[in-house]
Amino acid sequence: MLDRRLIDCYQRDLPVCPQPFQAMAERLGTSEAEVIARLQRLQALDVLSRVGPVFEHTLAGASLLAAVAVPEEERDAFAELINQAPGVNHNYAREHHYNLWFVMTAPEEQCLDERLNHLETMLGRTILRLPMLESFHIDLAFTIPWAELERI
Amino acid sequence: MSDFIWPSEEGKSKSLDEQDRAIVLATQAGLPLVSDPWTAVGEQVGMSGEEVLSRMQAMLERGVIRRIAAVPNHYRLGYVANGMTVWDVADADVERLGREIAAIEGVSHCYQRPRHLPHWPYNLFAMLHGRTREEVEQQAQVLRACLGEACHGHRILYSSRILKKTGLRLAAANLQTASTETDARG
Repeated sequence: MLDRRLIDCYQRDLPVCPQPFQAMAERLGTSEAEVIARLQRLQALDVLSRVGPVFEHTLAGASLLAAVAVPEEERDAFAELINQAPGVNHNYAREHHYNLWFVMTAPEEQCLDERLNHLETMLGRTILRLPMLESFHIDLAFTIPWAELERI
Repeated sequence: MSDFIWPSEEGKSKSLDEQDRAIVLATQAGLPLVSDPWTAVGEQVGMSGEEVLSRMQAMLERGVIRRIAAVPNHYRLGYVANGMTVWDVADADVERLGREIAAIEGVSHCYQRPRHLPHWPYNLFAMLHGRTREEVEQQAQVLRACLGEACHGHRILYSSRILKKTGLRLAAANLQTASTETDARG
């Protein structure tokens, strides 16, 4: 139960104060040591990816969403080339003609173009370049289906 | 759910000084789980705990840090269906409708992106997450209804495999290069 409350209460914001885990413990009616032990355990179980800051993406300089269409049977080989290219930080296989979707980053725009051009040459395929024009909203918190998880 | 961090997006780089960058590098994989994490970070980067905390607070205020949180791994929690929905929406309406669908339950990210005709007609992207594809499809129906006649077509692209995901790990080299100009002191 404490695990749930920890995640439900703190997946959006942790108290940013000198002793954040103590502040959490006071709110949850437990000890700081218990909060720390639970967070360590949840991290070890990979229920929590981490406890820490979520940085604004633009910190990385320039980046964009890119897609490429490759033969499905050669997909993993193409994916490997993409993953090894400098600046690639996500790569998803998706079920579509454009079947590899990745994010290319670079310190600045010109370098981003160069990286994409270079990768395009390596792949021998045109890369669909889909920079963000407008961001409407980002909500990164979830309702966690605890009851269902327990049944699994 | 920042580990869905999905498209790291384009934009202007926010200015960070050398100390801020050191803090970013030291904390992006998570804070040390100790009573005073700021002092523990400070020991790594050669600053006091007070300095680390006040710089992190300042980065939060400036929007460089979106939030400091216990970041769940949603795949581990059963959110295994990840659908990137893409919509061909009348340009005149895309901004208004983008805001509307962004507010719908289940939408984690919502962006306008350029079309590339004739291959790619879609200009509005919304990421949906559910425990099953059926759940994602139900969410997509809600979006479809909201977009109404302005929508000329859509697709749901499910991710079949994650081939690489490094979250927002900033390569030290990236930060270094980005800072070369401002730090060129000698």
